Amino acid sequence: MTRFALRAILSHWSLHPFQLAVLLIGLSLATGLWTSVQVLNAEARASYQRAENQINMAQWDILTSQTDLTLEDFAELRRRGILVSPVLEHELQGGSKPIKLLGIDPLSFPGLEVILGTDHAPSTDPLPFLLPPGQVVLHPETLGDLNLTQELPPYILNASIPPGVVFSDISFVARFSQQENRISYFIMPSYQPLTQNISTKPPSRFKLQKAEKSALGLSRLTESFHLNLTTFGFLSFAVGLFIVQGIVSLTFEQRRRLIRTLRCLGLPLSKLVLFFLAEILTLALISGTAGLLIGYFTALLLLPNVSATLSDLFDTEALTYLHLRREWVLSGLSMACIGALASSAYAFWQLWRMPILLGPSFLARGQQSVKGYGLLLVAGGFCCLGGVLVFQVIGGLMGGFALLTGVMLGTALSLPYLIAKILRCGSLLAQKPIFKWIWADTAAQLPGMSLALMALLLAMATNIGVGTMVSSFRLTFLGWMDQRLSAELYVTARDDAEGDALEDWLHQQRITTLPIRSTEFRFEGQLLKIYGVVDHTTYRSNWPMLSAEDGVWDKLARSEGILINEQLARRMAVGLGDQLLLPETWPKQILGIYSDYGNPDAQAIVSMPSLLALAPGAENRRFGLRLAQQEVPSVMKKIQQAFDLPNRNVVDQASLKARSLHVFDQTFLVTGALSILTLGIAAFAMLTSFLTIWNQRLPQLAPVWAMGIERRQLAFYDILRSLLYAALTTLLALPLGLVLAWVLLHVVNAEAFGWQLPMHLFPLDWLGLGFFALLAALVAAALPAWRLSRIEPSTLLKVFANDR
Amino acid sequence: MIARSLLLICLLQLPADALAQGFAGLGTQAEGFAVPSRDYQFSFPDDHGPHPDFRIEWWYLTANLKDNNGRDYGVQWTLFRSALKPGEAPGWQSPQIWMGHAGLTTMDQHFSAERLARGGTGQAGVTSAPFEAWIDDWHMAGSPDLSHIDLTARGSNFSFLLQAESNKPLVFHGQDGYSVKSAAGQASYYYSQPAYRITGHLDLPDGTVEVQGSGWLDREWSSQPLAEDQEGWDWFSLKFDSGEKLMAFVLRSVDGQTTFALAAGSPKKGVLHPLPLDAFTALPLETSEVTGRSIPTKWKLNLPGQDLEITVIALNNNSWMETSFAYWEGPVRIEGSHSGMGYLEMTGYEK
Repeated sequence: MTRFALRAILSHWSLHPFQLAVLLIGLSLATGLWTSVQVLNAEARASYQRAENQINMAQWDILTSQTDLTLEDFAELRRRGILVSPVLEHELQGGSKPIKLLGIDPLSFPGLEVILGTDHAPSTDPLPFLLPPGQVVLHPETLGDLNLTQELPPYILNASIPPGVVFSDISFVARFSQQENRISYFIMPSYQPLTQNISTKPPSRFKLQKAEKSALGLSRLTESFHLNLTTFGFLSFAVGLFIVQGIVSLTFEQRRRLIRTLRCLGLPLSKLVLFFLAEILTLALISGTAGLLIGYFTALLLLPNVSATLSDLFDTEALTYLHLRREWVLSGLSMACIGALASSAYAFWQLWRMPILLGPSFLARGQQSVKGYGLLLVAGGFCCLGGVLVFQVIGGLMGGFALLTGVMLGTALSLPYLIAKILRCGSLLAQKPIFKWIWADTAAQLPGMSLALMALLLAMATNIGVGTMVSSFRLTFLGWMDQRLSAELYVTARDDAEGDALEDWLHQQRITTLPIRSTEFRFEGQLLKIYGVVDHTTYRSNWPMLSAEDGVWDKLARSEGILINEQLARRMAVGLGDQLLLPETWPKQILGIYSDYGNPDAQAIVSMPSLLALAPGAENRRFGLRLAQQEVPSVMKKIQQAFDLPNRNVVDQASLKARSLHVFDQTFLVTGALSILTLGIAAFAMLTSFLTIWNQRLPQLAPVWAMGIERRQLAFYDILRSLLYAALTTLLALPLGLVLAWVLLHVVNAEAFGWQLPMHLFPLDWLGLGFFALLAALVAAALPAWRLSRIEPSTLLKVFANDR
Repeated sequence: MIARSLLLICLLQLPADALAQGFAGLGTQAEGFAVPSRDYQFSFPDDHGPHPDFRIEWWYLTANLKDNNGRDYGVQWTLFRSALKPGEAPGWQSPQIWMGHAGLTTMDQHFSAERLARGGTGQAGVTSAPFEAWIDDWHMAGSPDLSHIDLTARGSNFSFLLQAESNKPLVFHGQDGYSVKSAAGQASYYYSQPAYRITGHLDLPDGTVEVQGSGWLDREWSSQPLAEDQEGWDWFSLKFDSGEKLMAFVLRSVDGQTTFALAAGSPKKGVLHPLPLDAFTALPLETSEVTGRSIPTKWKLNLPGQDLEITVIALNNNSWMETSFAYWEGPVRIEGSHSGMGYLEMTGYEK
């Protein structure tokens, strides 16, 4: 019995190979997109991890001095309880390029475990370093550039240190470079012991240089990158599942008579369910495996973009290959199984409840579905409400995502009801019988189409939402850069003395010079950077103010107040006219709030005299120069000649902007690609729906054909119907997409990054998207319509003879 | 106490499989290092200062303290010196490694901190006149005869500042300060000032407390203090209410057997009388789970010849020193035939 039952059940697929193919493809695509996102995320994270694990001397605050640092300075600082670690630099000549020899003290160096460890096992054993003959540690790449005839201690290769430097014990470097009493600089680790009753501030002859930080707030940008990818992973998966659910329902539907027969022959229901379960899991595993392959190759295709993003954001090696990681194989296969089970749950439930002798017609079930729309609408309403409630209660980033999920799911669930209502209005308005029939027929097909339309709705809304967010972000970012980078040339001197000389020189050349000077301190637990500005029209006409008092720049020039960035205003919950409780005699009245995208930290602006009065030691190394555009290259050249500054110290505005924009575009490139892929899957879902309802359509088309409507005309109406669906869905996707964009810009962004973005609208993009949706609908309907136009009249006639 | 040299082995973090021979590392590889001799004449204040020709040395003070509400505290301040090779050299070339350990124990909390430094740079060192032992901002400094010293150390969440005074003479262990540590003859130079009166304050996360109590300073240096099979030790410095003192330790062999137990009785005329070998027994009565290890925190000590039968109980079972090698060290309370307070140090209890 079992064998025959199994054969009977499985024979369905040989009768309907197309359904089998669509089911497998749908599930593979869903798994594939999910996997590709997982792979990219995992690789990207692994890549930052490698970058983070690398020793980068710029990661620490350091102490320097105008005069040479000595052992006595070291002893003095340590005996004051300031736990500095000494570094002695020496340039190694004689190899193919100069290499920096860095002498460190392993007993106090904060990154010892990275230097002494291998990739797999960090070590803190300083002995091999300290005991004769000592050790040098270098990156494998450095080895080729090194002159090995020099008398260096035995070397250890370690990929976690940057190329071009060699680490060794400071005693060796001191001996080797004959600088026994000299120290190049001190590293000041962030951990310092209990500071009660003692000052751990270094004496004023030492100068503190803060650790390097990326101007763009790197970790937040990458977080946004991952957030985008993950959101897309889920969305694509969800869209793919709509396809699967459609097909699974259909196969169950078509096997109703078979099921009834098998049950009548005495096959227990439990066994039947077991067969179907085994069937769906087998299919899930097959398509899961295929999905892994699809995912892997999609990831490989997207890799160059991700890799470019990463190497722009971090100074790391590009990703050129993918590891096959067990995590994402497991995650892909389990997602395929869970997805297949979730999308067939309803079908199983129906199977379990199916009366043994009832074989209801499609029409009756269709009408039942229409009633079901009301229920779906209610469920959708609850989803939206739930999302709003969760957002109200927990708020924050998670709340923002709950709101998004609730609204997206809720609207998708309400879609059939809304479309049904619109179709009903249409049929009421229609005059000619044939149009009345088209409206009614379209409504009648809705149950079979609703899942595909929900998928299309989600895909389009996501496209509009994410597209609007990215484009708004880009536009704002561009505008902001135009305002913030208003000087034509930016020059950075190596130290204050050179800065002063540079400033004098620039004055002699009669070049308008805007000094960029700042000080930094902890304020209310956060790092606050305060800039001083001179009174100049550059700021008056360009600075990106969000809100400001009247005559703000005059008041600022008179040192009557302070300008703060949006981040600070948000964190301290202060607004225009409030007092910022800064220490000492810093100006406190908030005169204006300006936008400061991409910066994670709090920032403020005071007049230059205020800054210099309160922080007389503020370094004077950076200058913005106002020039006529055509003078830029010649001035750049002159400055480099006069001061022998490295290239990166003299940057013109145009290349700075181009570089920033490039980083920005790279970050969101993958988002765009995934967006298109999701839309493609939604189109595919529509195609499958059209094809699967094909057989059910014949009994409905045959009478219309019999009444004298030609097959070609029927086919044309079919295409029209498909376009109608797409158009209606687009109409509903537009507001949903805008809501999505609004939530992303105003809630998610503000929570995640601390700044809100103004929302810009891009109607042309929507038109393009609508066009794409119509095109997809056209393509999806083309094949069934073509078949319809070619159908044998006898087939249509047979309908009347059939029991259906 | 001499077995504290093990700490220094650990400091150098020899791999575990080399550790069995690591004892030999101290015991046999003393080439170039000076070795204690039986007829050494101490010379002060010079001998309060460092002896760079010896491999290891320490300045070790423990204190049992009470605040005004009668709550008990314990403080440990140690400066270790360990030489990679004999002698001193200027600047970074110095082969001397210095290590500071500080511990502060309350009834329910224990704090510890560690500092490391190289000799020759001024970051750490010891001078004998005026007396000062320091590493970074930690120091033990005072009069050349050690009758008065100030003591301070600071960790990430605690610090202390104490003054110690004593008009009692130094006491010398073993044979006039030549202290034999194994049947094979390993030995060290070892003297103590076990009778400090201490006042000062402790800075704790909850605030500052004024304290007073008693302290015990150990000075010891050597080059080859341990036998090969000695794995860890349990070391007691006990101050009885009668004014008598007892220093006793058990060195445990790799197989857990007691290999060497030594006790020294009450100080008279500046000498802690050595008691016969094996006249002393110490039995663990209770163990506690401390950072995943089973550590004896209650002991039975017996000195039959002296009519001494006492129970030694840890003030805080969790007196775990989270230093680059970890060990248990904390204040103890004494009950039984004698009562009093003291300090207990236990090492070699691996996970």
